[in-house]
Amino acid sequence: MTEQATQPPTVLEGKGLRVRRGGVIVLDVPSVSIIEGEVLGLIGPNGAGKTTLLQTLSYLLKPVSGELYFRGTRVGSDVPVLEFRRRLAMVFQEPLLFDTTVFQNVASGLKIRGMKRSESDGVVAEQLERFGISHLSGRSARRLSGGEAQRVSLARAFATRPEILFLDEPFASVDQPSSEALIEDLQVVLRKTRTTAILATHDRTEALRLSDRLAVMMDGRILQVGSPDAVMNHPADEFIASFVGVETILTGKVVSRDSPSFLASVGGHEIEAVGDALPGETVHLCIRPENVSLSTNLQRDATSMRNVFSAKIEKITPIGLYQRVALDCGFPLVSFVTTHSVEALSLREGKEVTASFKATAIHVLRKNR
Amino acid sequence: MDLIVDGIKKAFWLLVTLDPEVMGITWLSLKVSGIATLVSLLLGISVGSVIALTRFPGRRIAVSLVNTGMGLPPVVVGLFVSIMLWRNGPLGFLEILYTPTAMIVAQAIIATPIVMGITLAAMQQLPKKLRLQIFALGATRLQMVWILIKEAKLPLLAAVMAGFGGVISEVGASIMVGGNIMGYSRVLTTATVMETSRGNFDVAIALGIILLLLAYIINAILTHIQQHERPR
Repeated sequence: MTEQATQPPTVLEGKGLRVRRGGVIVLDVPSVSIIEGEVLGLIGPNGAGKTTLLQTLSYLLKPVSGELYFRGTRVGSDVPVLEFRRRLAMVFQEPLLFDTTVFQNVASGLKIRGMKRSESDGVVAEQLERFGISHLSGRSARRLSGGEAQRVSLARAFATRPEILFLDEPFASVDQPSSEALIEDLQVVLRKTRTTAILATHDRTEALRLSDRLAVMMDGRILQVGSPDAVMNHPADEFIASFVGVETILTGKVVSRDSPSFLASVGGHEIEAVGDALPGETVHLCIRPENVSLSTNLQRDATSMRNVFSAKIEKITPIGLYQRVALDCGFPLVSFVTTHSVEALSLREGKEVTASFKATAIHVLRKNR
Repeated sequence: MDLIVDGIKKAFWLLVTLDPEVMGITWLSLKVSGIATLVSLLLGISVGSVIALTRFPGRRIAVSLVNTGMGLPPVVVGLFVSIMLWRNGPLGFLEILYTPTAMIVAQAIIATPIVMGITLAAMQQLPKKLRLQIFALGATRLQMVWILIKEAKLPLLAAVMAGFGGVISEVGASIMVGGNIMGYSRVLTTATVMETSRGNFDVAIALGIILLLLAYIINAILTHIQQHERPR
């Protein structure tokens, strides 16, 4: 009981939500809830059903079955749809601004609610200031850059002081440097206003930066919900593991056990991992690329790590600040190395190196639980 | 050549002296076509929006009918309206055949599909998600439609121009249902036809110039609004 009392209340809850499109069920979510003050990150590849879920939760899309509860009252019967919609806001991938000035765009939600200009002017000015677009106030929405336009869209959404903010890939159509700044600003505003939000994105790093909880979606279903740490480091299955960025997933058989760790045979090599797997059991070993270190020193004794393998560099691909190094150790392995290290170690394709990773850095998925 | 030069000279004289008959004809033209355009805007924008924004059985047929209607031959409209308003026709009791009212009716029938078709196209060009965005901003259905119409205002101004341009220059229906009665139902186009057939080229040229000027002025005003409305 005391636990119940200290928990923040649920703002929005969906039960048994199903959406059908062309005879096919495209969304099947038995239960989902958004807690007061949190940012729930909805991640998954394109076509996973993130947008459909957002539109269903905002009642822009009517599900074939299921109910929506807003602060405990049922949407559509206890609370009218219009009233519900006037307590939320939505930002889409495209800014979808109206063909008028920036100021009028930000004011549009308030105008729709019948607010007088004398009252709304102050609110609009505050939002323009908050998103750093006060200087664009009188400009036509047609003459904005992608980043500026999305700022206007966000300001328009925040102007109505929504109780839930729906963000559907809000940075996907904004170019890189602008989206960086935009994410930072949004982070600040979300924290300051303590706005409850649900963010759909295909970008894991975006989700990690903004979310308090993560939900992973695939094929119209929510596969896992939990803290970012739980989802990223303890993915519930192979799909989630590969999606959240554990680049290497090795399948092996447990050969021996020496609590708390075990040895698994993978392609003729033995890998030590920490976990409860029993001999004879098939396991998936998830190794995140940032946990794999490379050295050109072939002395195995130089490190205390158990998992040390000779490897040949297959391919080096630059990704942002890092280089993705694909290795062949008799089994595939991926490592992220800083560009600086690639140069310092003079890594190149075909070169022989030593790859190592800690037994504790491996996330073990037990196949036959 | 004398014919043309004399014609133009006389035409300017008629214009400069504000010849009462010519002015009367001009005023009636403006009145009839203006009212007809207004009626067509009311009908065309509302019905066009409904067709654009709703799904119903037979919608495709409705859309193609509207598009066909955009090229409705004025003489056919004239024939249809004449039959309807004929003394013992279905609407003969109204007794409005050969009156400016009948001309307004015929011209509105010509302009409505034009306005409707342009409205349809303009509404369908707006991003689909815009409707969801407007609903997410808390709009009622009516507010949503109104905002969409405002979003489509530039192409809708084109609808006004096309509608008005279509009816002010139309002659077939006007002569059939209006009768080209002097001082009563004679408009610029019908008068031009008559004067030309009589060989009064000077008057015909004057009327033609006025017609061109009117079309130009109206379009210039609307174009100015359109360009001005497009915010910088």
